[in-house]
Amino acid sequence: MKAFAALIGREVRLAWTGGGLWLPVVFYLAVATLFPFVTGPDKALLARTGGGILWIAALLSTLLPIERLILPDRQAGVLDQLALRGWSDELVATAKIGGQLIAFAIPLLLATIIASALIGLPEDKLVTLLIGLAIALPALSGLSVTIAALTAGLNGASALGGLLLIPLAVPILIFGAGTLSEGSGNAIQLLAATSLAIAALAPFAAGAALRASRV
Amino acid sequence: MTSRQVYAPSLRLENVAVFRGNRLVLSGLSIEAAAGDVIWIRGANGCGKSTLLRLIAGLLPKTSGTITAEGNMALADESLALDANLSVDKALRFWADMDGATPGHRDVALTDMDLQALSEIPVRFLSTGQRKRASIARVLASNAAIWLLDEPYNGLDSASCARVDQAILKHAAAGGIVLVAAHQAPSINVAQSLLLDRQEKAA
Repeated sequence: MKAFAALIGREVRLAWTGGGLWLPVVFYLAVATLFPFVTGPDKALLARTGGGILWIAALLSTLLPIERLILPDRQAGVLDQLALRGWSDELVATAKIGGQLIAFAIPLLLATIIASALIGLPEDKLVTLLIGLAIALPALSGLSVTIAALTAGLNGASALGGLLLIPLAVPILIFGAGTLSEGSGNAIQLLAATSLAIAALAPFAAGAALRASRV
Repeated sequence: MTSRQVYAPSLRLENVAVFRGNRLVLSGLSIEAAAGDVIWIRGANGCGKSTLLRLIAGLLPKTSGTITAEGNMALADESLALDANLSVDKALRFWADMDGATPGHRDVALTDMDLQALSEIPVRFLSTGQRKRASIARVLASNAAIWLLDEPYNGLDSASCARVDQAILKHAAAGGIVLVAAHQAPSINVAQSLLLDRQEKAA
Protein backbone atom coordinates (compact mmCIF):
# COMPACT_ATOMS: atom_id res chain seq x y z
CA MET A 1 0.00 0.00 0.00
CA LYS A 2 2.87 2.31 0.87
CA ALA A 3 4.56 1.43 -2.39
CA PHE A 4 1.32 2.08 -4.27
CA ALA A 5 1.06 5.52 -2.68
CA ALA A 6 4.72 6.16 -3.56
CA LEU A 7 4.00 5.35 -7.20
CA ILE A 8 0.97 7.67 -7.28
CA GLY A 9 3.10 10.35 -5.63
CA ARG A 10 5.73 9.88 -8.31
CA GLU A 11 3.11 10.29 -11.05
CA VAL A 12 1.89 13.53 -9.52
CA ARG A 13 5.44 14.83 -9.08
CA LEU A 14 6.38 13.98 -12.67
CA ALA A 15 3.19 15.60 -13.95
CA TRP A 16 3.62 18.79 -12.01
CA THR A 17 7.33 19.21 -12.65
CA GLY A 18 7.12 18.23 -16.30
CA GLY A 19 4.63 20.87 -17.42
CA GLY A 20 1.80 18.37 -17.21
CA LEU A 21 -0.07 20.50 -14.71
CA TRP A 22 -0.16 23.75 -16.62
CA LEU A 23 -0.42 22.60 -20.20
CA PRO A 24 -3.89 21.01 -20.03
CA VAL A 25 -5.22 23.74 -17.75
CA VAL A 26 -3.87 26.53 -19.96
CA PHE A 27 -5.30 24.76 -23.00
CA TYR A 28 -8.67 24.50 -21.28
CA LEU A 29 -8.66 28.14 -20.25
CA ALA A 30 -7.54 29.16 -23.73
CA VAL A 31 -10.61 27.51 -25.24
CA ALA A 32 -12.82 29.29 -22.71
CA THR A 33 -11.15 32.60 -23.53
CA LEU A 34 -11.36 32.17 -27.30
CA PHE A 35 -14.93 30.89 -27.48
CA PRO A 36 -16.62 34.27 -26.76
CA PHE A 37 -14.55 35.85 -29.55
CA VAL A 38 -16.16 33.44 -31.98
CA THR A 39 -19.75 33.75 -30.84
CA GLY A 40 -19.72 37.44 -29.94
CA PRO A 41 -20.69 38.85 -26.56
CA ASP A 42 -24.16 37.33 -26.57
CA LYS A 43 -24.69 36.48 -22.92
CA ALA A 44 -27.67 34.20 -23.43
CA LEU A 45 -25.93 32.22 -26.19
CA LEU A 46 -22.77 31.86 -24.13
CA ALA A 47 -24.72 30.67 -21.12
CA ARG A 48 -26.53 28.10 -23.27
CA THR A 49 -23.53 26.74 -25.22
CA GLY A 50 -20.59 27.54 -22.95
CA GLY A 51 -20.97 24.44 -20.80
CA GLY A 52 -20.81 22.18 -23.86
CA ILE A 53 -17.67 23.90 -25.10
CA LEU A 54 -16.04 23.36 -21.71
CA TRP A 55 -16.94 19.67 -21.95
CA ILE A 56 -15.20 19.42 -25.33
CA ALA A 57 -12.20 21.33 -23.99
CA ALA A 58 -11.96 19.04 -20.96
CA LEU A 59 -12.14 15.99 -23.20
CA LEU A 60 -9.45 17.20 -25.57
CA SER A 61 -7.17 18.39 -22.79
CA THR A 62 -7.00 14.83 -21.45
CA LEU A 63 -5.07 14.02 -24.64
CA LEU A 64 -2.30 16.51 -23.96
CA PRO A 65 -0.30 14.51 -21.40
CA ILE A 66 -0.51 11.11 -23.10
CA GLU A 67 2.99 11.23 -24.58
CA ARG A 68 4.63 11.50 -21.19
CA LEU A 69 2.38 9.07 -19.31
CA ILE A 70 3.85 5.72 -20.38
CA LEU A 71 6.61 6.11 -22.98
CA PRO A 72 9.28 7.73 -20.75
CA ASP A 73 8.78 5.03 -18.10
CA ARG A 74 8.97 2.31 -20.73
CA GLN A 75 12.21 3.76 -22.14
CA ALA A 76 13.82 4.38 -18.76
CA GLY A 77 13.09 0.82 -17.64
CA VAL A 78 10.84 1.94 -14.78
CA LEU A 79 8.02 -0.35 -15.95
CA ASP A 80 10.47 -3.28 -16.12
CA GLN A 81 11.65 -2.58 -12.60
CA LEU A 82 8.06 -2.53 -11.33
CA ALA A 83 7.26 -5.79 -13.14
CA LEU A 84 10.40 -7.34 -11.66
CA ARG A 85 9.13 -6.43 -8.19
CA GLY A 86 5.98 -8.37 -8.82
CA TRP A 87 3.71 -5.46 -9.69
CA SER A 88 0.96 -6.55 -12.04
CA ASP A 89 0.52 -4.36 -15.09
CA GLU A 90 -3.04 -3.66 -13.99
CA LEU A 91 -1.82 -2.32 -10.66
CA VAL A 92 0.74 -0.10 -12.38
CA ALA A 93 -2.03 1.18 -14.67
CA THR A 94 -4.28 1.81 -11.66
CA ALA A 95 -1.55 3.81 -9.95
CA LYS A 96 -1.01 5.82 -13.11
CA ILE A 97 -4.73 6.52 -13.42
CA GLY A 98 -4.86 7.52 -9.76
CA GLY A 99 -1.88 9.81 -10.22
CA GLN A 100 -3.44 11.31 -13.31
CA LEU A 101 -6.67 11.86 -11.42
CA ILE A 102 -4.88 13.90 -8.76
CA ALA A 103 -2.39 15.61 -11.06
CA PHE A 104 -4.83 16.54 -13.80
CA ALA A 105 -8.43 16.29 -12.62
CA ILE A 106 -8.18 18.52 -9.57
CA PRO A 107 -6.49 21.42 -11.40
CA LEU A 108 -9.02 21.04 -14.20
CA LEU A 109 -11.95 21.39 -11.81
CA LEU A 110 -10.38 24.54 -10.36
CA ALA A 111 -9.80 25.86 -13.87
CA THR A 112 -13.46 25.17 -14.67
CA ILE A 113 -14.48 27.76 -12.09
CA ILE A 114 -12.29 30.37 -13.79
CA ALA A 115 -13.36 29.29 -17.25
CA SER A 116 -17.05 29.50 -16.41
CA ALA A 117 -16.50 33.04 -15.15
CA LEU A 118 -14.81 33.90 -18.46
CA ILE A 119 -17.75 32.52 -20.41
CA GLY A 120 -20.35 33.92 -18.00
CA LEU A 121 -21.95 30.61 -17.13
CA PRO A 122 -24.82 30.92 -14.62
CA GLU A 123 -24.05 29.57 -11.16
CA ASP A 124 -26.46 26.63 -11.28
CA LYS A 125 -24.95 25.50 -14.57
CA LEU A 126 -21.46 25.80 -13.11
CA VAL A 127 -22.45 23.51 -10.24
CA THR A 128 -23.93 20.97 -12.68
CA LEU A 129 -20.82 21.24 -14.85
CA LEU A 130 -18.49 20.69 -11.90
CA ILE A 131 -20.47 17.67 -10.71
CA GLY A 132 -20.56 16.25 -14.22
CA LEU A 133 -16.83 16.76 -14.77
CA ALA A 134 -16.00 15.31 -11.35
CA ILE A 135 -17.99 12.20 -12.30
CA ALA A 136 -16.39 11.95 -15.74
CA LEU A 137 -12.77 12.65 -14.83
CA PRO A 138 -11.96 9.14 -13.50
CA ALA A 139 -13.08 7.80 -16.88
CA LEU A 140 -11.14 10.44 -18.78
CA SER A 141 -8.00 9.71 -16.70
CA GLY A 142 -8.50 6.02 -17.39
CA LEU A 143 -8.85 6.67 -21.11
CA SER A 144 -5.74 8.84 -21.26
CA VAL A 145 -3.60 6.21 -19.51
CA THR A 146 -5.06 3.43 -21.69
CA ILE A 147 -4.44 5.37 -24.87
CA ALA A 148 -0.94 6.29 -23.69
CA ALA A 149 -0.22 2.61 -23.07
CA LEU A 150 -1.63 1.59 -26.44
CA THR A 151 0.27 4.18 -28.43
CA ALA A 152 3.56 4.24 -26.48
CA GLY A 153 6.42 4.12 -28.95
CA LEU A 154 4.30 4.39 -32.06
CA ASN A 155 4.95 7.05 -34.65
CA GLY A 156 2.38 9.81 -34.50
CA ALA A 157 1.16 8.70 -31.10
CA SER A 158 -0.69 11.95 -30.42
CA ALA A 159 -2.65 11.89 -33.65
CA LEU A 160 -3.53 8.25 -33.15
CA GLY A 161 -4.47 9.04 -29.55
CA GLY A 162 -6.98 11.60 -30.76
CA LEU A 163 -8.54 9.07 -33.11
CA LEU A 164 -8.77 6.51 -30.32
CA LEU A 165 -10.19 8.89 -27.75
CA ILE A 166 -13.03 10.33 -29.78
CA PRO A 167 -15.19 7.19 -30.19
CA LEU A 168 -14.47 6.04 -26.64
CA ALA A 169 -15.32 9.40 -25.13
CA VAL A 170 -18.50 10.06 -27.11
CA PRO A 171 -20.84 8.53 -24.47
CA ILE A 172 -19.24 10.66 -21.77
CA LEU A 173 -19.62 13.76 -23.89
CA ILE A 174 -23.26 13.04 -24.79
CA PHE A 175 -24.38 12.39 -21.22
CA GLY A 176 -22.06 15.02 -19.77
CA ALA A 177 -23.30 17.78 -22.02
CA GLY A 178 -26.80 16.38 -21.58
CA THR A 179 -26.73 17.17 -17.87
CA LEU A 180 -26.54 20.86 -18.77
CA SER A 181 -29.69 21.03 -20.87
CA GLU A 182 -33.14 21.81 -19.53
CA GLY A 183 -35.02 18.75 -18.26
CA SER A 184 -31.92 16.62 -18.46
CA GLY A 185 -33.65 13.80 -16.60
CA ASN A 186 -31.39 10.82 -16.05
CA ALA A 187 -28.36 12.23 -17.85
CA ILE A 188 -26.34 12.45 -14.65
CA GLN A 189 -27.07 8.82 -13.73
CA LEU A 190 -26.19 7.68 -17.24
CA LEU A 191 -23.01 9.76 -17.09
CA ALA A 192 -22.11 8.13 -13.78
CA ALA A 193 -22.81 4.65 -15.17
CA THR A 194 -20.72 5.27 -18.30
CA SER A 195 -17.91 6.80 -16.31
CA LEU A 196 -17.91 3.93 -13.84
CA ALA A 197 -17.81 1.34 -16.61
CA ILE A 198 -14.92 3.05 -18.40
CA ALA A 199 -13.01 3.72 -15.16
CA ALA A 200 -13.44 0.09 -14.09
CA LEU A 201 -12.28 -1.33 -17.43
CA ALA A 202 -9.42 1.09 -18.04
CA PRO A 203 -6.87 -0.52 -15.66
CA PHE A 204 -7.36 -3.88 -17.40
CA ALA A 205 -7.15 -2.43 -20.90
CA ALA A 206 -4.11 -0.33 -20.00
CA GLY A 207 -2.54 -3.26 -18.15
CA ALA A 208 -2.96 -5.51 -21.19
CA ALA A 209 -1.42 -2.83 -23.39
CA LEU A 210 1.53 -2.48 -21.01
CA ARG A 211 2.07 -6.24 -21.04
CA ALA A 212 1.88 -6.45 -24.81
CA SER A 213 4.43 -3.68 -25.24
CA ARG A 214 7.04 -5.33 -23.04
CA VAL A 215 9.75 -6.73 -25.26
CA MET B 1 24.72 -6.01 5.77
CA THR B 2 24.91 -9.41 7.48
CA SER B 3 22.14 -11.98 7.20
CA ARG B 4 20.15 -9.95 4.70
CA GLN B 5 18.37 -13.04 3.46
CA VAL B 6 16.25 -15.03 5.86
CA TYR B 7 16.30 -18.05 3.58
CA ALA B 8 18.82 -19.27 1.05
CA PRO B 9 18.06 -18.05 -2.46
CA SER B 10 18.26 -20.44 -5.36
CA LEU B 11 17.79 -20.28 -9.08
CA ARG B 12 17.21 -23.14 -11.47
CA LEU B 13 16.74 -23.13 -15.22
CA GLU B 14 16.02 -26.39 -16.99
CA ASN B 15 16.21 -26.84 -20.71
CA VAL B 16 14.98 -23.33 -21.40
CA ALA B 17 14.31 -22.14 -24.94
CA VAL B 18 13.19 -18.74 -26.14
CA PHE B 19 11.96 -17.50 -29.46
CA ARG B 20 12.02 -13.79 -30.12
CA GLY B 21 10.26 -12.79 -33.26
CA ASN B 22 11.08 -15.67 -35.55
CA ARG B 23 14.50 -16.32 -34.15
CA LEU B 24 15.50 -19.00 -31.67
CA VAL B 25 17.61 -16.97 -29.25
CA LEU B 26 18.28 -19.56 -26.57
CA SER B 27 17.73 -23.30 -26.46
CA GLY B 28 18.54 -26.23 -24.21
CA LEU B 29 19.85 -23.93 -21.52
CA SER B 30 20.21 -25.17 -17.97
CA ILE B 31 21.64 -23.21 -15.04
CA GLU B 32 21.66 -24.06 -11.40
CA ALA B 33 22.70 -21.57 -8.76
CA ALA B 34 22.69 -21.84 -4.99
CA ALA B 35 23.38 -19.28 -2.28
CA GLY B 36 26.79 -17.68 -2.67
CA ASP B 37 27.17 -18.49 -6.37
CA VAL B 38 28.38 -16.11 -9.01
CA ILE B 39 27.38 -17.21 -12.50
CA TRP B 40 29.20 -15.56 -15.35
CA ILE B 41 27.41 -15.55 -18.69
CA ARG B 42 29.70 -14.80 -21.60
CA GLY B 43 29.08 -14.45 -25.25
CA ALA B 44 29.40 -12.24 -28.28
CA ASN B 45 27.05 -9.34 -28.87
CA GLY B 46 23.59 -10.52 -29.81
CA CYS B 47 23.98 -14.04 -28.43
CA GLY B 48 21.10 -13.63 -26.00
CA LYS B 49 22.74 -12.60 -22.72
CA SER B 50 20.31 -9.76 -22.07
CA THR B 51 17.42 -11.93 -23.22
CA LEU B 52 18.46 -14.56 -20.70
CA LEU B 53 18.55 -12.05 -17.84
CA ARG B 54 15.19 -10.55 -18.81
CA LEU B 55 13.79 -14.06 -19.05
CA ILE B 56 14.97 -14.92 -15.54
CA ALA B 57 13.57 -11.60 -14.33
CA GLY B 58 10.19 -12.65 -15.70
CA LEU B 59 10.07 -9.80 -18.19
CA LEU B 60 9.97 -12.09 -21.22
CA PRO B 61 7.90 -15.22 -21.76
CA LYS B 62 9.85 -18.44 -22.25
CA THR B 63 8.97 -20.74 -25.10
CA SER B 64 9.75 -23.95 -23.22
CA GLY B 65 11.55 -25.24 -20.15
CA THR B 66 11.19 -24.36 -16.49
CA ILE B 67 12.56 -21.53 -14.40
CA THR B 68 12.31 -21.64 -10.62
CA ALA B 69 13.66 -18.90 -8.44
CA GLU B 70 13.64 -18.54 -4.68
CA GLY B 71 14.33 -15.03 -3.49
CA ASN B 72 13.60 -11.59 -4.88
CA MET B 73 15.59 -10.25 -7.80
CA ALA B 74 17.16 -7.00 -8.82
CA LEU B 75 18.11 -6.16 -12.38
CA ALA B 76 20.61 -3.65 -13.72
CA ASP B 77 20.48 -3.49 -17.50
CA GLU B 78 21.06 -0.71 -19.99
CA SER B 79 18.04 1.23 -18.70
CA LEU B 80 18.83 3.31 -15.67
CA ALA B 81 15.26 3.47 -14.29
CA LEU B 82 16.12 6.49 -12.15
CA ASP B 83 14.14 9.71 -12.51
CA ALA B 84 16.30 12.14 -14.46
CA ASN B 85 15.27 15.26 -12.54
CA LEU B 86 15.80 13.84 -9.06
CA SER B 87 19.11 13.80 -7.24
CA VAL B 88 20.93 10.46 -7.26
CA ASP B 89 20.09 9.99 -3.60
CA LYS B 90 16.36 10.72 -3.99
CA ALA B 91 16.08 8.63 -7.17
CA LEU B 92 17.69 5.67 -5.40
CA ARG B 93 15.47 6.24 -2.37
CA PHE B 94 12.34 5.77 -4.51
CA TRP B 95 13.34 2.19 -5.33
CA ALA B 96 14.86 1.49 -1.93
CA ASP B 97 11.55 2.48 -0.31
CA MET B 98 9.68 0.25 -2.75
CA ASP B 99 11.91 -2.62 -1.72
CA GLY B 100 11.62 -1.84 1.96
CA ALA B 101 15.38 -1.31 2.22
CA THR B 102 16.73 0.73 5.11
CA PRO B 103 18.57 4.05 4.67
CA GLY B 104 21.64 2.11 5.80
CA HIS B 105 21.44 -0.04 2.70
CA ARG B 106 21.32 3.03 0.52
CA ASP B 107 24.30 4.60 2.25
CA VAL B 108 26.31 1.42 1.84
CA ALA B 109 25.29 1.24 -1.83
CA LEU B 110 26.36 4.85 -2.41
CA THR B 111 29.67 4.25 -0.65
CA ASP B 112 30.36 0.97 -2.44
CA MET B 113 29.79 2.59 -5.83
CA ASP B 114 31.68 5.76 -4.81
CA LEU B 115 28.65 7.96 -5.40
CA GLN B 116 28.53 9.95 -2.14
CA ALA B 117 30.03 13.00 -3.78
CA LEU B 118 27.40 12.79 -6.51
CA SER B 119 24.41 12.02 -4.30
CA GLU B 120 22.94 15.54 -4.59
CA ILE B 121 23.55 15.82 -8.35
CA PRO B 122 20.48 15.35 -10.58
CA VAL B 123 20.58 12.02 -12.40
CA ARG B 124 20.45 13.71 -15.82
CA PHE B 125 23.92 15.25 -15.26
CA LEU B 126 25.66 11.91 -14.72
CA SER B 127 28.23 10.64 -17.21
CA THR B 128 28.00 7.19 -18.80
CA GLY B 129 30.16 5.53 -16.17
CA GLN B 130 28.43 7.35 -13.35
CA ARG B 131 25.05 6.25 -14.69
CA LYS B 132 26.25 2.66 -14.75
CA ARG B 133 27.43 2.97 -11.17
CA ALA B 134 24.10 4.48 -10.15
CA SER B 135 22.22 1.60 -11.75
CA ILE B 136 24.39 -0.89 -9.88
CA ALA B 137 23.87 1.11 -6.69
CA ARG B 138 20.13 0.69 -7.26
CA VAL B 139 20.68 -3.08 -7.24
CA LEU B 140 22.93 -2.87 -4.17
CA ALA B 141 20.31 -0.87 -2.28
CA SER B 142 17.48 -3.17 -3.29
CA ASN B 143 17.84 -5.76 -0.57
CA ALA B 144 17.33 -8.43 -3.25
CA ALA B 145 18.86 -11.89 -2.97
CA ILE B 146 19.42 -12.51 -6.67
CA TRP B 147 21.26 -9.89 -8.71
CA LEU B 148 21.00 -9.83 -12.49
CA LEU B 149 23.73 -7.59 -13.88
CA ASP B 150 23.75 -6.96 -17.61
CA GLU B 151 27.17 -5.74 -18.80
CA PRO B 152 27.96 -4.13 -15.44
CA TYR B 153 31.47 -3.17 -16.55
CA ASN B 154 30.47 -1.17 -19.61
CA GLY B 155 31.72 2.37 -19.50
CA LEU B 156 33.49 1.94 -16.19
CA ASP B 157 37.10 2.87 -15.43
CA SER B 158 39.35 0.26 -13.83
CA ALA B 159 38.80 1.56 -10.28
CA SER B 160 35.03 1.33 -10.74
CA CYS B 161 35.33 -2.15 -12.27
CA ALA B 162 37.16 -3.20 -9.11
CA ARG B 163 34.36 -1.72 -7.02
CA VAL B 164 31.80 -3.75 -8.96
CA ASP B 165 33.93 -6.87 -8.44
CA GLN B 166 34.05 -6.14 -4.72
CA ALA B 167 30.30 -5.60 -4.52
CA ILE B 168 29.63 -8.88 -6.34
CA LEU B 169 31.98 -10.83 -4.07
CA LYS B 170 30.49 -9.19 -0.98
CA HIS B 171 26.97 -10.11 -2.03
CA ALA B 172 27.99 -13.70 -2.82
CA ALA B 173 29.78 -13.96 0.53
CA ALA B 174 26.60 -12.79 2.25
CA GLY B 175 24.73 -15.69 0.65
CA GLY B 176 23.33 -13.99 -2.44
CA ILE B 177 23.34 -15.10 -6.05
CA VAL B 178 24.82 -12.95 -8.80
CA LEU B 179 24.37 -13.49 -12.52
CA VAL B 180 26.71 -11.39 -14.59
CA ALA B 181 26.26 -11.13 -18.33
CA ALA B 182 29.38 -9.73 -19.93
CA HIS B 183 31.29 -10.00 -23.17
CA GLN B 184 34.65 -10.28 -21.37
CA ALA B 185 36.18 -13.08 -19.30
CA PRO B 186 35.41 -13.20 -15.58
CA SER B 187 37.56 -10.91 -13.45
CA ILE B 188 36.63 -12.73 -10.26
CA ASN B 189 36.27 -16.31 -9.06
CA VAL B 190 32.96 -17.61 -10.30
CA ALA B 191 30.97 -20.74 -9.52
CA GLN B 192 30.04 -21.30 -13.14
CA SER B 193 31.03 -19.70 -16.38
CA LEU B 194 28.67 -20.11 -19.24
CA LEU B 195 29.45 -19.41 -22.86
CA LEU B 196 26.42 -18.66 -24.99
CA ASP B 197 26.57 -19.39 -28.69
CA ARG B 198 24.67 -17.49 -31.22
CA GLN B 199 21.81 -19.66 -32.42
CA GLU B 200 21.94 -19.77 -36.18
CA LYS B 201 18.78 -21.78 -36.70
CA ALA B 202 15.85 -19.80 -38.00
CA ALA B 203 12.29 -20.88 -37.48
